Amino acid sequence: MIEIVVVVMVLAGTVLSLISSLGFLRLPDVYTRSHAATKSITLGILFILLSTFLYFMFVHNQVSVRLLLGIIFVFLTAPVTGHLIARSAYRFGVKPAGITDELAADLEREKRKTAESSQA
Amino acid sequence: MTMQILLNLLVAMIWMLLHDKWSMLTFVIGFILGAFIIFSMRRFFPTPFYGRKLWSLAKLVGLFSLELFVSSAVVSWQIIRPRLNIEPGIFKMKTRMRTEWELSMLANLMTLTPGSVVMEIAPDEGIMYVHAMDVPSMKKSILRTRDRFEDAIIEVMR
Repeated sequence: MIEIVVVVMVLAGTVLSLISSLGFLRLPDVYTRSHAATKSITLGILFILLSTFLYFMFVHNQVSVRLLLGIIFVFLTAPVTGHLIARSAYRFGVKPAGITDELAADLEREKRKTAESSQA
Repeated sequence: MTMQILLNLLVAMIWMLLHDKWSMLTFVIGFILGAFIIFSMRRFFPTPFYGRKLWSLAKLVGLFSLELFVSSAVVSWQIIRPRLNIEPGIFKMKTRMRTEWELSMLANLMTLTPGSVVMEIAPDEGIMYVHAMDVPSMKKSILRTRDRFEDAIIEVMR
């Protein structure tokens, strides 16, 4: 019984990872690609590690806390990298693909303000 | 609250020493026992029992996993659709979070739910700049997610 659950979860994780790599190829720019690269993958990793944990717990009677810690660390680090990649790309001047961009004007104003205060 | 958690860990540790069995199961039993002892002596602590915070933390985790599933499905569908029909963009979002812990928690959670990446934060004005994968269809759901997360975070942190 538990094997079926584990197989389904591993399969779901694999499919999610496949979809995110597909998104990595298909999406138009850095920002949308960082969506695919950092997040659908986290759910895939969650599924795979959790099913491994369940398998070892129920079949081999071994509670492996390392797997749970792995999930926690992936979930702590993935959003930070995604945020940093998007942020530094924007500050480098990479143009986003869409039309709506409410950040550009505010960032420009902020830059001018810091430039003025450093001159004075 | 930190004091209570440390005490609870100490009780679990002593339980493990008494049994001379260094396994996960002994630790969990000791921890539950310690939680029970602290709960029954909660009147003598200056702060309320930490179980309530733990419960709201569990609720936050549950809410987060639910959002993760739902929005993962939405983003996956948009990726595998034969014709890519998305309109990405960056929009402003007001937030009620003030302290650094609350801000970074909300930003991390928002970035982890697929479909939105927090790009910049202006903490003084309480504004987050969010990059969304498809602005017209997702803006409303992202704002709703933000409201839910904010309520849950306030319950945990304050």
